[in-house]
Amino acid sequence: MTLPSLMLASVLAAASGDAAGHGSLADAPIVAATAAPELAWVGWVLALPALSAVACVLLAMLRVRNKLPAAATVLALGGAFALILKLYLSRGPNAAPVIVHLWDWMNFGWGGGDWKSFQADVSLYIDSLTLLWMLFVTGLGTLIALFASEYMESERGPGYARFFFGVSIFLLAMACLVMADNLVLLYLGWEGVGLASYLLIGFYYRKPSAVAAAKKAFIMNRVGDLGLAVGIWLIWVNYGTVEYGELFQKLAVGGSDQGGWDRSLIPFCLMLGAFGKSAQLPLFTWLPDAMEGPTPVSALIHAATMVTAGVYLIARMQPLFMLHPDAMTTVAWVGGITALVSATIGMAQYDIKRVFAYSTVSQLGYMFMGLGVGTAFGAAYHVFTHAFFKALLFLTAGAVMHGFAGQLDLRRLSGVRKVPGFGIVSWTMLVGCLWLAAFPYSAGFFSKDLILVQAMSKPQFQILGWLSLATAALTAYYTFRVWFRVCAGPVSYVPGEEAHGDHGHDDHGSQHHDDHGHAFHPHPPRLAMNGVLLLICLGAILAGIPGIQALRGQHNWVQEMVYASTAVRAAGVDHVTTPVAFGMDPHKVVSVFGIAASLGGIAIALWLHLLDRRMADRIRTALLSNGLTRWLPVAMENKWYFDEIYHALFRLPLWVASHLLHFFDRHFIDGVLVNGVGRVPTVLGRLFQPLYNGALQGYATTMAGGVILVLAWVAWRWLGAGGAA
Amino acid sequence: MSELAQPSAGIVVALVLSAVLFTTGLVGFLVRRNMILMFLCTELMLQAAALAFIAFGKMRGDTGGQVFVIFILTVAAAEAALALGLVVLLYRRRETLSAEAWQELHE
Repeated sequence: MTLPSLMLASVLAAASGDAAGHGSLADAPIVAATAAPELAWVGWVLALPALSAVACVLLAMLRVRNKLPAAATVLALGGAFALILKLYLSRGPNAAPVIVHLWDWMNFGWGGGDWKSFQADVSLYIDSLTLLWMLFVTGLGTLIALFASEYMESERGPGYARFFFGVSIFLLAMACLVMADNLVLLYLGWEGVGLASYLLIGFYYRKPSAVAAAKKAFIMNRVGDLGLAVGIWLIWVNYGTVEYGELFQKLAVGGSDQGGWDRSLIPFCLMLGAFGKSAQLPLFTWLPDAMEGPTPVSALIHAATMVTAGVYLIARMQPLFMLHPDAMTTVAWVGGITALVSATIGMAQYDIKRVFAYSTVSQLGYMFMGLGVGTAFGAAYHVFTHAFFKALLFLTAGAVMHGFAGQLDLRRLSGVRKVPGFGIVSWTMLVGCLWLAAFPYSAGFFSKDLILVQAMSKPQFQILGWLSLATAALTAYYTFRVWFRVCAGPVSYVPGEEAHGDHGHDDHGSQHHDDHGHAFHPHPPRLAMNGVLLLICLGAILAGIPGIQALRGQHNWVQEMVYASTAVRAAGVDHVTTPVAFGMDPHKVVSVFGIAASLGGIAIALWLHLLDRRMADRIRTALLSNGLTRWLPVAMENKWYFDEIYHALFRLPLWVASHLLHFFDRHFIDGVLVNGVGRVPTVLGRLFQPLYNGALQGYATTMAGGVILVLAWVAWRWLGAGGAA
Repeated sequence: MSELAQPSAGIVVALVLSAVLFTTGLVGFLVRRNMILMFLCTELMLQAAALAFIAFGKMRGDTGGQVFVIFILTVAAAEAALALGLVVLLYRRRETLSAEAWQELHE
């Protein structure tokens, strides 16, 4: 049961099917979701990762020091993948959506009718969009967990179990997010993946930078999640339901944008959530820092699956977004600009993982642009291809890091291809790089092409299209900058500072410890890592098949899946093909310029980073020495000062305000109110202190005198009363 | 005043005796510095209260007063042992029985 075999099977199934034009599919009426109690076994997709999470906790408590936590997780995730595969094969790519009700969660009413009841159950909404996402989430999740079983082996013991616990609850939350039939359950999964991400970024919790990165990711995501929460609330206020099935029906009937101003706010709120989770401008700075986590985490959560949750949210809510053209335009522009900005940052980074992190942000920008310009197919296809090649790139970067004692600086590694044992790593990395650089006729080329064509064919998005072509050239350049520097050229390397991989506290690589000082031996990956790399590489290659079909105008699997989803159908997505600049078909323009951008970028990288490596430094020095251009490399190397700007805009005012409030608290609340009031009894006590002189008879006299006074007073009152009576 | 029964002469005598005892104890406690005497004076005051219990019990035709006195005597015996023990210990520390020797305890 491997992902590639699934893909082949499904592609063949799609090719043999009698393909109807997608236009007619888009025009088809909305198919209402039906209840499917017979599919209750799909609940095991959620239950299996939950069980493996429990198993990891138990194994940690039993102080197991072998690879059992990894075995439990890989088995559970593989089981979940098998179930999803079974579901997909039994339903075919474009079956009507079904709802599987597992159990009641929130279900209450106060009077009946609209806005008088609230229902959010633990139910699964299964349509082709769900299945498309779940196939690569569970499939890649299984493979990456398998990779991690070898990669994390030096952590065996409680840390190993903790890592696989994190992976398990991540998959549980992601499945919950993708398969939910209502927005509240989606939100639960949304927060769950955020938690898993936090736990896994901060895996090396003794490392201050990892802890800071985990906190940064969590807090930045809170900003976005606030938007999502408000958006869900506004959806309920406006439409009286949070369940997809009902919501899409209402949206279809409700027509255009009637209703209050808050109704047009909904897509912007959801967008904020999506931009936070998917690391788009202005909330993207957490993702590069998240590379502090172990590399499989970067591959699984921060490249392939979790960060596409934002794309999923908007793809799922497409009917809503279609009612608000401004929202779509915003999504497109934010995506396009994020792609460009992060590509320029990626060009100037020296840490391999950071380059790939910025490329992830950039590629996610393409996906949002695709959604914004109206090709959910292109966006979803790019998510799909990107999941493979980016997971592949991260895992190969991890393998290099694992082998060269944590070295990730591309200036200190060269010719890794020729180091014994690193052949598979280098060649699969080349595949990942070609795909990311949108090399002609690779999967990445097709998916990027679809997005660019759609942008080019709409006059209002043409500028964005050209901008993205420029971004594509930058992408090709920085991707191959890494490959030519690290894998090609003469063999030379400086090992990293860590004894073994990126593991802070290592116990197994002690033999490497010993010879670390005199002769460092690279540590090539073994079977699990190489096998997974080959499988994902195969998946990345096969992921291009739907693209070839799309190019030939044939019907293809991904397209069928996306158009069959109720969400997109309800939105009535269309593929506009209007003539474009130069009097050519947009497809042709994009193909020609896209190929030129890709090959041009690769060629420049080849020149600067393989043939004449000193040239890159000379260009940098030339730019720096010229007063006019000095700012460019400085700004790019410093990530356009985003962190500093956020620091000045948010952290600094908050820091000042907190210190002012601290001062107020310390001196007014504590000083005047609390201690001032507290001092009153002290002062009073001082006043009467002389009475306590320690002379026993003095006390007794005072007491007796007091008693006599009280008695006298009582007697006087009594006698007086008696006298009056 | 009207609800209470008129006390008989014997009861008045007992109450007067109780008052005299109490006053003696109080004055003795206030003017003497010898801790043993001071302690005896507190005993006097206690017994004055016990006598008043009996007198009022008799006045109300209630044996509760007498029952209470039995308890008071028991407690007084225990407390006397304790207090005398303390006095002995205090004497050992300062070689004097004067209460003034312990004046610094006020801190």
